[in-house]
Amino acid sequence: MIARVTTFTIDGLEPRAVVVEADLRAGLPAFTIVGLADRAVSEARERVKAAILNSGFEFPQRRVTVNLAPAHVRKAGGGFDLAIACAILAAEGALSAADLAPLAVFGELSLGGEVRACPGTLAAAEGARRLGLDGLVVPLDRSREAALIDGVCAVGIACLAELPAALRGDGPPPPPPLAPAAPLVPAPDLSDVRGHAAPIEALTVAAAGAHHLLLSGPPGTGKTMLARRLPSILPPLESDEAIEVTRIHSVRGLHGEAGLVLRRPFRAPHHTTSAAGLVGGGRPPVPGEATLAHRGVLFLDELAEFDRRALESLRQPLEDGHVTIARDQRALRFPTRFSLVAATNPCPCGRGGRACRCGEADRARYRRKLSGALLDRIDLLVAVERPTADELAADPVTTSERALGRVAAARERQRDRTGCLNGDLTPAALRATAGADDGAERALRALYERGAVSARGRDRLLRVARTIADLDGVDGVGRAHVLRAAAYRQDESQASVAA
Amino acid sequence: MTMAGGAEGRSTNMACDECVRRSWLVARLAGHLERRRAERTAIRGVLALRDEELIAALGGGRRAVIAAEWDQITPADVLARWSLSGSRALCRCDPRYPAALNDLPDPPAVLHLLGDPGRADELLAGQDGQRGCVAVVGARRSSVEAVEVARDIGRGCAAAGLAVVSGMALGIDSAAHTGALDASGATIAVLACGPDRVYPPSRGRLHAEIAARGLVLSELPPGTTPYRWAFPARNRIIAALAGLTVVVEAAARSGSLITAEIALELGRGVGAVPGPVASWRSSGTNALLRDGAHVIRNARDVLDDLCGAGGARQASDQLELELSGLEPRLRETLIAVDRGADSLAAHASTPEAVAGALEALAELELLGLVTRLPGGRYAVTRRLSSAADDRCEVLTNLTHPGDRASR
Repeated sequence: MIARVTTFTIDGLEPRAVVVEADLRAGLPAFTIVGLADRAVSEARERVKAAILNSGFEFPQRRVTVNLAPAHVRKAGGGFDLAIACAILAAEGALSAADLAPLAVFGELSLGGEVRACPGTLAAAEGARRLGLDGLVVPLDRSREAALIDGVCAVGIACLAELPAALRGDGPPPPPPLAPAAPLVPAPDLSDVRGHAAPIEALTVAAAGAHHLLLSGPPGTGKTMLARRLPSILPPLESDEAIEVTRIHSVRGLHGEAGLVLRRPFRAPHHTTSAAGLVGGGRPPVPGEATLAHRGVLFLDELAEFDRRALESLRQPLEDGHVTIARDQRALRFPTRFSLVAATNPCPCGRGGRACRCGEADRARYRRKLSGALLDRIDLLVAVERPTADELAADPVTTSERALGRVAAARERQRDRTGCLNGDLTPAALRATAGADDGAERALRALYERGAVSARGRDRLLRVARTIADLDGVDGVGRAHVLRAAAYRQDESQASVAA
Repeated sequence: MTMAGGAEGRSTNMACDECVRRSWLVARLAGHLERRRAERTAIRGVLALRDEELIAALGGGRRAVIAAEWDQITPADVLARWSLSGSRALCRCDPRYPAALNDLPDPPAVLHLLGDPGRADELLAGQDGQRGCVAVVGARRSSVEAVEVARDIGRGCAAAGLAVVSGMALGIDSAAHTGALDASGATIAVLACGPDRVYPPSRGRLHAEIAARGLVLSELPPGTTPYRWAFPARNRIIAALAGLTVVVEAAARSGSLITAEIALELGRGVGAVPGPVASWRSSGTNALLRDGAHVIRNARDVLDDLCGAGGARQASDQLELELSGLEPRLRETLIAVDRGADSLAAHASTPEAVAGALEALAELELLGLVTRLPGGRYAVTRRLSSAADDRCEVLTNLTHPGDRASR
């Protein structure tokens, strides 16, 4: 007697279909699982056996062989338990094989027969849709997550004993997809910030043009506070973006409330994070912070303290918007379109300005730690100062709502002009579409001739100037826009001045 | 000492045998001197000893060996070996040797020079419109502001025709040299190692620039590594060469104070740039001022000191004229930066002000009137009241930024 059940293994972020075959035949009672299974899958034997017995079914007193096909795909995790149990019960005749055929099954079992959530339900639901299946049997508390995928009926069950009824269709009705409800804790808003007019303007420019930003300032002046508020001035996730983000968070098991992720993610990895932690890695490869920050904000506080190799590894993600991790003769691709906000102290002692106690050599060394591939991709640098007492007492300079309005309008202009954001334009496309007037060209030329910017820096300057013009609602880039962009640039001539 | 035959005819090396032997001996005993320094035995005056006394004082157990080596050297061979590095030797018997150094109780027997020979002679002789030398020295671990002041003084003095002498150390010294080079002026680096060696190593580019456009000199022959005793020793050369020694920033017990002390003993002028009274960085310079050093705020004060009061007046009028040509908005921003509003935030407290402040600061930077420091701070490139005789020329350079970029 043989039965087949479809389930999924999550390979990176991608669902891969796995067919669980159960074969029962006469012989001494035994239970074997074959098919390149990892330890968690092999241990499924004990869980499945106990769960079947504790749910009021019989475990076949025969020779049970379970095969996970295709055999060459490495299978990991506890998500096969429910499928293995279903296959055995179907082979025995306790479940109807015909009812199971148009469904996929994804979930972990406890010894008592309860069905437990395991990471990646949304990805599995997407896999079910790709295979053209009718539905997906998932743990009850994940059914709303699975229901986010159109065209796949999510069948939620709390324990294995509910399965026959659910398959017959007289179980509890599937819950509606989680309505996009207001998050419980309001997102941090710019109206919490006093003073900091200049850094807030820089944040707005960064949000409008998808530029990366470096905040420099003494500790405790509000760099982190400002960075945390960047998501609030980014336009809300569009529905496909939201599903993408939810899938990533679901695979990493970060996704507590089991619904659509509505807020743009904000990830702030500690400076001891390794390269694998930042861009993903491990065996099997899991997405790193860069991917978790996809469509949101990656905040690197104390940039100079990060391991150099870890920072260098961010180069491809920043450049290509994805990262490719090769392990075990296959390459996995994780999306990494995030806005980078980095923060650093102005010098090793952190005091900056007149109170600084560092020597020129200390400062030069500190700058060298920062230099390199990463800074090349950061278009905006802004100093964050301690707000004055007057500024602290005054009203906030703006609110996220107002800033968001400007950002949305500027993004609209960019999309109308080139179809993408200024930060994503190639240099050639940028020069062709920027519409820099004579005054702007002269200013760019003067800055270049002064040695204030490099050839690459010139393009960056134009890019930021274009975004500033978009925020102003102007078609052409003028001299004033270039000058304002120049005030945000990182100083590339700094090293030559010191030498 | 007598002029040895044959030495005079050389075009590259101008040193008599006796001075060559002396310079060789100092280099040979450098390690011994270093040990004596470590033992905290007083070393002042040691370099004033005669050759035999020097061997006896420093040679210790090896004195007989060293004396024998010293007897056997051939000055011509030593000179030939020194010249391999591209440096020249100038001994104190040569008429081109700077007379100012003879004020020292222990003038170096030979100066090892790296740089264009013609230019070197001019610089040392104080010809070609040279009004003399000013030493600009200070701490290695210096504040950003002090570095700007040093660069400003170097620039202004060099533009006015003074040669800027310093020690090429990190911080103030390098900034003074850089300023002088910025103004395409004359600058002399006095090193505590052979003139061909770069110390500190990170100043390789500056060393090459000074050798190409100014003069690098040392008491120690080419190839000699830096010794700790050599730093105060080279300070005496700096102090003797310059008519005025300006200490820009020095904490208590700083090496720059040794330079000031020697300058005082030699009867040269000593000036200091005042700093905040509570700042540990400026405690040394403030103490100098308390003891009667001249107050130096900018290049103009240096010129007034060296060339008589009013020496720099006309030029400053020229600058005021130039500033009055600025848009009022830019002038206000410039004055605010000069008064300590050194960050963008200080100019943009309201969202409406941000765009204008960004624009004004970038415009001023483009005009070369402010510079951006690390971390997005700003500093004025010259104090507003500072000026030099050649200010007109400097300002012309500013309005044609290409000239600066080409350096």
